[in-house]
Amino acid sequence: MIRDITIGQYYPAESWIHKLDPRVKIMSTLIFIIALFVANRYIGYAFTIIFLGTVIYLSKVPIKFMLKGLRAILVIILLTVALNIFMTPGENVLWSYKFITITAEGLYIAGLMALRLIFLIIGSSILTLTTSPIQLTDGIEKLLNPFKKIGIPAHEIAMMMTIALRFIPILLEETDKIMKAQMARGADFESGGVIKRAKSLIPLLVPLFISAFRRADELAMAMEARCYRGGENRTRMKQLVIQKQDYIAIGVISLFMIIMILIRFI
Amino acid sequence: MAIIFNGVSHVYGEGSPFRRVAINNINLHIKKGEFVGIIGHTGSGKSTLIQHFNGLLKATEGEIIILGKNLNDKDVSLKEIRQKVGLVFQYPEHQLFETTIFKDVAFGPENMGLPKEEVNKRVIKALDMVGLGEDMYEKSPFDLSGGQKRRVAIAGVLAMKPEVLILDEPTAGLDPRGRDEILGQIQKLHKSLGITVILVSHSMEDIAKLVDRIIVMYKSRIALDGAPDKVFKNVKELEKMGLAAPQIMYIMKALRKKGIEVPTDVLTVEEGAKKIASLLKSQK
Amino acid sequence: MNEIVKSRGLVYEYYTHNDRGEIEASHRALDKVDLDINKGEFVVILGHNGSGKSTFAKHMNAILHPTGGTLLIKGMDTKTEENIWNIRQSAGMVFQNPDNQIIAAIVEEDVAFGPENLGVEASEIRKRVDESVAAVQMTEYMTHSPNLLSGGQKQRIAIAGVLAMKPECIILDEPTAMLDPLGRKEVLDTVYKLNKEESITIIHITHYMEEAIKADRVIVMDHGQIVMDGKPKDVFSQVDKLKELGLDVPPATELAYYMQKEGIDISTEILTIEEMVDKIWQLYSME
Repeated sequence: MIRDITIGQYYPAESWIHKLDPRVKIMSTLIFIIALFVANRYIGYAFTIIFLGTVIYLSKVPIKFMLKGLRAILVIILLTVALNIFMTPGENVLWSYKFITITAEGLYIAGLMALRLIFLIIGSSILTLTTSPIQLTDGIEKLLNPFKKIGIPAHEIAMMMTIALRFIPILLEETDKIMKAQMARGADFESGGVIKRAKSLIPLLVPLFISAFRRADELAMAMEARCYRGGENRTRMKQLVIQKQDYIAIGVISLFMIIMILIRFI
Repeated sequence: MAIIFNGVSHVYGEGSPFRRVAINNINLHIKKGEFVGIIGHTGSGKSTLIQHFNGLLKATEGEIIILGKNLNDKDVSLKEIRQKVGLVFQYPEHQLFETTIFKDVAFGPENMGLPKEEVNKRVIKALDMVGLGEDMYEKSPFDLSGGQKRRVAIAGVLAMKPEVLILDEPTAGLDPRGRDEILGQIQKLHKSLGITVILVSHSMEDIAKLVDRIIVMYKSRIALDGAPDKVFKNVKELEKMGLAAPQIMYIMKALRKKGIEVPTDVLTVEEGAKKIASLLKSQK
Repeated sequence: MNEIVKSRGLVYEYYTHNDRGEIEASHRALDKVDLDINKGEFVVILGHNGSGKSTFAKHMNAILHPTGGTLLIKGMDTKTEENIWNIRQSAGMVFQNPDNQIIAAIVEEDVAFGPENLGVEASEIRKRVDESVAAVQMTEYMTHSPNLLSGGQKQRIAIAGVLAMKPECIILDEPTAMLDPLGRKEVLDTVYKLNKEESITIIHITHYMEEAIKADRVIVMDHGQIVMDGKPKDVFSQVDKLKELGLDVPPATELAYYMQKEGIDISTEILTIEEMVDKIWQLYSME
């Protein structure tokens, strides 16, 4: 079923990582990703495994949830590996058949790239698994706030994300319902060529759009009825406060970055 | 037989932590021409059950035979089943999409690959059955009132000339007048076309007025199945399932308790009034 | 001042346009409505679809503005721009579709939405959210996603969201139309409790007559006008008139009505099953 989509899913738990300020977590994730691209040797990634392992352990999220995200991009990982193996020129040819050559350099780089991708996905999964979408939205709003002056609508972006979070599952369910209703009238969404298939989507898309607009209209009215008038003079129930553990986290991620830089350049 | 279920179950999300048994070991025979009501509170499995009647959902266990066709057979045509078993979903007006009422109703018969004259004939007939005349053909379905939209959507299913018509809460959200119109039309359809009608409803009053048989769903199973007066006798059981009997039955029961000898198998208020009145008069 | 709603000659007209943008027809959704609703009252407005009841509700929240006459909420004119936010805070509104009025993806965040918009201080919002969610008996769902709640539960969250703005009056625009019987009962029990315990004025709009039986006052609308206004008993006893307006009457009242037709001398001023049984018992033992 459509509802089983798990990417970006939040895993509720009482952990040290869960309690961190979302701003700290978002920034740390960004730093972590940069660090991954800084590293160009296996020793750096060995160190990353230790770091990630500790964070996962602290987050209390079962490892299989982390790996779930990987399944979705398995094809991309395999493709990257294949491209790197076959396309990297090098001197130490291990195996060659006609125009295909596999070099030691190729294998070396392919392995690095695969690890980099895997770590990237796990790293960002930790962010989404330990941070509720609401906190994530709050964090992004606060981080964007300083850029308001140069015209970035921080509050509006955050409000859009909040509404999207609320309505995406509803619209998915609605798609399912309308599809079934049209199938009951003999609609066929699965067979035929490209044009026929595109045409067969009209009975699905038109009602879906009409419903989305109706919902938007009603939601806007409900928001106004609850005195919504934009971000100005608005307060928040949950204030984000940087606490002791957040400073520790900032320290740890900075240390990680420094080590990764050292590994690269020494 | 229109519909036969032998030990049918449906499980959502098998093998995942979200595993949920929606219907459990359902055995059911519905005869051709029957008017059946299905009741049960939200989550009792009604919606899942009716989606098996036209093959939108496949049984995860058991055997379903619809109008003589076994849905487990490899060469069964689901398209044909869906044409013969018309399913009108809850809030069916949300599926309207064409620019005119006429075109929207024609969607079903066109999907069946019928010739144009036949399609037109069917659309006119279907719209007539729901009380929409020629002046409405070229109007946009989106300019109609809620009750009218729903009638267009029902016509869209009728135009496929189903042998079995299933309606999932056709009166949800309508005001009393809209409700009476739709229910009146459904009753007329059943009488004039002689088709099998299956009606899902939350209103005990509506069900009591219309159907000849009630199926009560509770916790994914059929809890009660029988004629309305028989089913509604089990007031205590119904209340345990979050349901109730028609209000008039409560009045008749209370009178009986006080020693007034009225019958308790009364289903409508009008009937009840007659029974009480004749009793009071006979006393004089 | 005792009136929370004071409507004088309220008119609302709107126009439909043809393809060229010219005015094709004008419609009068509200036609000279005069109405006073007092503090603490539980008022049910009945009427079929298109009778003007929802249009009237939207005026009380200053979502729509009158094209004629005046409407005062707590003495504030809804036509005056500066009053709008005070009006919306004092007269909160709950809508029909439970899905399309919940904004946030977590219950407590949604309930906080109103007070956040009003600029209430963080600790005070927390207090109000806790109180409001408790008042609708949803505390155990505080951190749940609204998507997993039943229709009745979603409407209770919507009510909590309005409560958190500390209104004096709540207007509910057909909150039960899309719910099953169980959900309808949940919502109704909740609003009756708020009326009794927190003395919040309730204006409940519906087309289900059974929701009006316990009200202090029933108002029936038709063609944009108020056609009946009184205690439930006085309104529902006029069975012929209600049927003509396309509305139902309570089963007990209807039974009395049909018994009258059978020639029995019985008043239609009967609302509940208990009253009906007593009445028939009287008739029975009199004979």
